[in-house]
Amino acid sequence: MSANQQMAAKYKNSFLKEVEDQVEMGEWVKMCMQCGVCSGSCPTNFHPGWEHPPQEIFMMIRAGKREEVLTSPSMWMCTSCYNCIVRCPRKLPITHIMHGLANYAHRLGVAPKGQPTRAFSKLFWNNAIATGRVNELKLSIGLYFKDAEGKINIGQGIKQGLAMQKVALGLLKAKRLNPFEIFGGHKCKDQKGIHAMLKKARELEEKRKAIKA
Amino acid sequence: MAKKQYAFYPGCSSQKGASASNYLTSVESMCKTLDIQLTEIPDWNCCGASIGYGEAGELPRHVMNARNFALAETNLPGQDIVATCAACWLGAKESKERIEHSSLLLADTQEALKEAGLQIKVMPEIRHMAEVLVEDFGFEELGKHVKNPLKGLKFAGYVGCQTNRPFGIAGENFENPMYLDKIIETMGGEAVPYDQKVTCCGGALAFSEPEKAQAQIKDIVESAYDNGAEMIVTPCPLCQANVEIYQGHINNKYNTKFNIPVLYYSQLMTIAYGGSAKDAGLNGQVIRAPKLEAIAK
Ligand code: SF4
Ligand code: SF4
Ligand code: SF4
Ligand code: SF4
Repeated sequence: MSANQQMAAKYKNSFLKEVEDQVEMGEWVKMCMQCGVCSGSCPTNFHPGWEHPPQEIFMMIRAGKREEVLTSPSMWMCTSCYNCIVRCPRKLPITHIMHGLANYAHRLGVAPKGQPTRAFSKLFWNNAIATGRVNELKLSIGLYFKDAEGKINIGQGIKQGLAMQKVALGLLKAKRLNPFEIFGGHKCKDQKGIHAMLKKARELEEKRKAIKA
Repeated sequence: MAKKQYAFYPGCSSQKGASASNYLTSVESMCKTLDIQLTEIPDWNCCGASIGYGEAGELPRHVMNARNFALAETNLPGQDIVATCAACWLGAKESKERIEHSSLLLADTQEALKEAGLQIKVMPEIRHMAEVLVEDFGFEELGKHVKNPLKGLKFAGYVGCQTNRPFGIAGENFENPMYLDKIIETMGGEAVPYDQKVTCCGGALAFSEPEKAQAQIKDIVESAYDNGAEMIVTPCPLCQANVEIYQGHINNKYNTKFNIPVLYYSQLMTIAYGGSAKDAGLNGQVIRAPKLEAIAK
């Protein structure tokens, strides 16, 4: 049984309970009073990307629409602008719930395949923890030359790379992109300690979630 | 001894040769004038930024920040942590708040930190550089050092999201924060009112959803132009980069003729304090700022 099926079986009839136990800040969902302020607060040009805006997501969680919520690209539209948080009359940490839902769907392997922000988030985090600091050059190479599943895609890379060429040249000229980063670049000294610490953190987090389930 | 000392958290983008290296140059010049001593937190690590959420999960994010807290507190006891990047500041502050709120999370954090040979004993304060300027100095004090006022120059203060929400600078209004405008005016420039001051530029989604983010950026730049601004000023490295470097793409797509320089508050301050274009890192602009270069000493 996949991780997703296991969770669905465990929480049979209550997706709300599942969200409360397993999703970061999920315990807040029940406080939503469906006023809609959050949905109007997302950056305007991103509105068409939200298949279900935040208010609707909260309603769907309560209605038990597990599959529709977890496979939706909506949460991945969140730009972390925090507009909703400062406006919500019930003080829901909406930004974090969106991130939490996206992360949960990603962990269960049911988040939409090829979703670009999902791919970028993974790329970014792995780039940052590899040496403890972000390597901007490798990050952009990864971004333009890999497809959403992380496979190298040269054709796509060249197309996007060409579109970005002027931007990269501008940064190079201004000394804000360092071609030597490819050989290592900025990094932390205690990488071993960082990796051990993160491994422990992942174990502890999984343990806590398993206790609740 | 310097007047004020802080544990400095530059963040990945403000390192040498990185996308905000010009920010760092100008911050160093500005701090010299104000007699601020910034000591880099030894072996600091990336905070994971807001966008790391999808892969990271909760505890790994917090322990990355907690490692910086422990390093700061051990090596630079009693000093507040100061970040120059809005995302670093926000991420670190969020982790601090969560860890302080939950004894369970604190226990888990300490257990993970042990693996790196660290512990948090006292939780340091986390501040943004703009906060330090406004709270620890104040506009009057900041104004005393002005030698080369930015007379006649018109700026759109672009506050954006993350220095403004959810924490913000104490006493400011989320919908219309004034601190950046006041810094501009204290330096002798003119802060033009415009309606996109706190609009999100799309943040990290400029990479993954470029069309949507560029549409956001277009609204911001257009409004700055419409209200007579000659330059845009920001407190955040990602806002700076996003608003500056995609203007060419936007011009191609929308047939606009954008070419507006986007600067950091610290660059304005360096010039107003009598520094050179080089001291302010003005050679690091992708869109050069000739009007500011012209008045620089
Ligand atoms: S603003 Fe708050 S209460 Fe209103 S719909 Fe959104 S989450 Fe619910
Ligand atoms: S933080 Fe996310 S959910 Fe909240 S308003 Fe911004 S984009 Fe929308
Ligand atoms: S938020 Fe950006 S600059 Fe700050 S540490 Fe993280 S990656 Fe680096
Ligand atoms: S304006 Fe853009 S870059 Fe700046 S804080 Fe907001 S999302 Fe981040």
